[in-house]
Amino acid sequence: MNGPDVLVDSADRMRTRVGQAFVGTRAVFRGQDLHAELRHLDWMALYVLGITGRHHTEAQLKLLHALWVCTSYPDARIWNNRTAALAGSARSTPGLGIAAALAMSEATIYGGHPYVSSIDFLIRAQPHGGEALHAFVEAELAKGRIYGYGRPIASVDERLPWALGIAADLQLDGGPHLRIALEVERLLVQRSPKLRMNYAALMSALCADLGFSTTEMHHFQVPVFLAGMSPCFIEAAERAPGTVFPMSCAHIAYEGPAARRWPTSQP
Amino acid sequence: MTALAPTGAPRERVRTRIWHEESEPGNAFATRSALCHGYDVYGDMLGQARWVDMLFLLLRGEAPSAGQARLLETLAVALCNAGPRDAAVHAAMCAGVGGSTAAAALIAALSVGAGKAGGAREVWAAMQQFVDCGRSPAAWERALAAPAVERAGIWPQTEHPPGFDPHAALTSGIVERTLQVLAPLSVGLCLPWLLQSRAQLEAATGRGLAMTGVAAAALLDLGFTPDQGEMLHLLLRLPGAAAHALEQKEQGHKSFPFFALDLQDDPGIAA
Repeated sequence: MNGPDVLVDSADRMRTRVGQAFVGTRAVFRGQDLHAELRHLDWMALYVLGITGRHHTEAQLKLLHALWVCTSYPDARIWNNRTAALAGSARSTPGLGIAAALAMSEATIYGGHPYVSSIDFLIRAQPHGGEALHAFVEAELAKGRIYGYGRPIASVDERLPWALGIAADLQLDGGPHLRIALEVERLLVQRSPKLRMNYAALMSALCADLGFSTTEMHHFQVPVFLAGMSPCFIEAAERAPGTVFPMSCAHIAYEGPAARRWPTSQP
Repeated sequence: MTALAPTGAPRERVRTRIWHEESEPGNAFATRSALCHGYDVYGDMLGQARWVDMLFLLLRGEAPSAGQARLLETLAVALCNAGPRDAAVHAAMCAGVGGSTAAAALIAALSVGAGKAGGAREVWAAMQQFVDCGRSPAAWERALAAPAVERAGIWPQTEHPPGFDPHAALTSGIVERTLQVLAPLSVGLCLPWLLQSRAQLEAATGRGLAMTGVAAAALLDLGFTPDQGEMLHLLLRLPGAAAHALEQKEQGHKSFPFFALDLQDDPGIAA
C-alpha cells in the first residue's frame, strides 16, 4: 500500500497487545492485570517483561541487575554524566538533565551503538565455529570495525571480571554467545593486543544467551548508565551555580580565520 | 580555584575554528568581544546580519551570498511549521497539554522529528542519496529500486526511499509549491534537477516527493553536508512545535484528542 489507506485504517483507534490503562478501574500490562497479577514484580522484571513479553527467572534478573550496577559510574567527567551535572549546575530540572544524558548515551563510541552492533554481530557469529568463525571475523573486519572489542580511554575493562564472576555464580556463564565472544576476543587480540573484549560485548553476549534479540538489547541498554547520572546532577545542583567545569576565555583555543569585516553588501 | 594552572593558563582547552572570545580586563569569565569565524559578532554583525546569515556562517564558516541567504530563509519558512498533524509537533503538543517544561516540548519535537520517516534522519539519508547518485536518473532508479542493506545500528532499517512519502502516491500541493519556489532561487544544481526529474522519480518509486526530499536538495545546494543538513532540519522545524505546544498548554488536555485503543489480549477484570 503506497497510498494513504494505511493511515485511514489507523486513524483514531489503535490495535495493541502491550496494554491499556482503564483509568479509574485497572491497568493491563502485556496481557496481565498490572495490579492483580504483577504488583509484586521487581522493577527490572517488569521492565524486561515490557521489552520482551517474556518473564525471566530470578537468576536471570539478578544478572541483568548486576550488568547495570557494574557500569553505573557517578563520574561527572564522562560526557553523559557531565551533561546531567551541567544541567544541575545550570539549575535546570532533573527530568531534563537526565533525559539529555540518556539521549546522548545512544552514542557511537560508547553506549547504544556498540551494544546494538555487538549483539547483532554475536548473534550472527554464533552458528560459526573454528575456521568458519575465523573466516566470519575476517569478513566482518573487511566491512569495518567490530564493536565490543577495544575501548576509547583504556584497553583494559575493569568491569569484566566482576560481571563474569556474577554470571558464573548464577551459572549463567555457559551460553553459546559468551563462548563465541571469548573466542572472537582470542582471534582479535592476535591481531592487536588493544582489541580486548569490552563491556558491550560481554553484556551483549550474556543477554543474547538469555534470548534477547538485537531490538530487545537496544531497549534494555537505554538506562544502563542511569544510576550514575543522578548523583552527578544532585551534587552539581548543591554547588554554586555555574561551577561545574567553568571555562574562562583562555580555555578556548581559537583556530579559525583572523578578524575580518562583515560584508555589508553581499554579492 | 582549580581551573587555572599557577601561571594563569588553563590546563585543558577547547579547540575551535568557530568562536574566539576576548575577556574583560580583570575577569577571564566575562566576554568583552566575540568573533565567529573571524567576524566580530557584537561589534560588526549585530544590527546588520540576519538570523539566516548567522546560521550559514556558523555551519559553513563563511558569510552567505545574497542568493544563499535568500534560499536558506525561504527554506526556513517552508520548514518552520509542519502543523499539528505532524508527529514531532504532535509530541510537542503532548508536552504542552500535560504542563511539561518548555524544554521538554522541544525535546519531544526533536526526538520524534529526528526519525527516518519524515524526520531529520530521512533528510540525512536523502542528502546522502544525492551525493551517491548525483543527477543520474539511472543511478537514482537503481538506488530507489534496491536500497543498500545497512549494518545494524541504533537507526532502524530504511523502509521507504528517503525523500519520498511512504503513504502517498503523488506529491502534495505544499511540497510541489515549495519545490517550485525554491528551484529558481537555487544557487546549486540539485533543486533545478529535482524540479525537472520529479515525475520520473515518482514513477520509479511509486511515491510522491516529500518535503524531506525538497529540503535535502536545498540544503545540498547551499553547500551543507548531510550531517549539517540533519542538524538544520531539526533546528528549523522547532518554531512550529513551540507555538503549537504553547497553544495546547493554554487550551488544556480536556480539548486535546485522547483517541482509543483496541486491546487484543485483555485478561478482563480480576475476580
